[in-house]
Amino acid sequence: MIREFVKGIWKENPVFVQVLGMCPTLAVTTSLINGLSMGLATTFVLVSSGLAISALRKLIPDQVRIASFMIIISSFVTVVKLLFEAHIPEISSQLGPYLPLIVTNCIILGRQEAFSSKQPIGKTLLDNLGMGVGFIFALVVLGSVRELFYQGTIGGAQVLGTWYKSMIIMVQPAGAFISLSLLVALFQRLSESE
Amino acid sequence: MELFFIFVAIVLTQNFVLHYFLGICPFLGVSDEMEGAFGMGIATTFVMTLTAIITWNINTFILKAFNVEFLEYVSFILVIASLVQLVEMFLKKYLPELYETLGIYLPLITTNCAVLGLALFMVLREYNFVESAIFGFGAGVGFTLALVIMAGIRGELNEEDIPKPFRGTAITLLVAGLLALAFMGFSGLVPT
Repeated sequence: MIREFVKGIWKENPVFVQVLGMCPTLAVTTSLINGLSMGLATTFVLVSSGLAISALRKLIPDQVRIASFMIIISSFVTVVKLLFEAHIPEISSQLGPYLPLIVTNCIILGRQEAFSSKQPIGKTLLDNLGMGVGFIFALVVLGSVRELFYQGTIGGAQVLGTWYKSMIIMVQPAGAFISLSLLVALFQRLSESE
Repeated sequence: MELFFIFVAIVLTQNFVLHYFLGICPFLGVSDEMEGAFGMGIATTFVMTLTAIITWNINTFILKAFNVEFLEYVSFILVIASLVQLVEMFLKKYLPELYETLGIYLPLITTNCAVLGLALFMVLREYNFVESAIFGFGAGVGFTLALVIMAGIRGELNEEDIPKPFRGTAITLLVAGLLALAFMGFSGLVPT
């Protein structure tokens, strides 16, 4: 049972190992807090749409399953978007169009197609939660690294001294690609030596 | 002139792949050979242009007119999914040769976030009809450009001796980073 949960965090980490959901991973991780909010929002959509699909798995006809999944997923994304706008409007506007783009996050559709649509509700909950936590982990690590090298802070708290000159490239697209590339390589190196 | 700037911006300075990180999955996954990359690019451009035209109409005449903008995501994704299906059926029936070339890429386009992203950006920037159509077409051209460049570089990389942990994804991301740096050189082409 516990294996369903843990696999998503390390061995089958959606970002570092499976290389899925790259658009939000690269786009919103300019700071720890943005990465964390995106991770939480995605996990919420992943788990709730997973539960709905698992519960309806015998009712959804096979031919139209992808379209049905998309409708369920996009309904939950609408819920998240409205919640964010109402309660944390600053973060909602910082994430911009990347929040609604959770709809096309391949981690979600991938999980539903490969797991939720075939497994009972309990297993689905654990699997989806594990993948969600793995995604949050990846976004938080990438967000922290980029924020640290951009202005010497993590989550807004000063880590490097005032001598640190801010490195604007880290919050630009090129910095996103390069930091993720180095993290993926590091992850591969670590899991090799195990 | 305004329209020309929209086109140049979306192809070069604000390229969907290298600036907005949209459509990264096909960019990292499919682009191994030139021909495949080009086919994928053309098919996506086609769907993107149509998506821009249709979602603009839906947004203006249905969602805004009846005040149901909260249905935006559900209706857009439905449009995209059915559009891809429609294009597939049309090509199969009337242009079987083209279908042979593009066929395998078409279903993948539904989950390409660049297509939904395009519709969302269009609404956010409040483009009019002609601007939207240009924007959609330009986004497709920019996507094709990035994909073809990447395919070329990866072809060369296959010959090289890459350090083990970097093989596969990491080196591709590194190349993408360098490409993004290079594309930053275009900034300033379009007055903001």
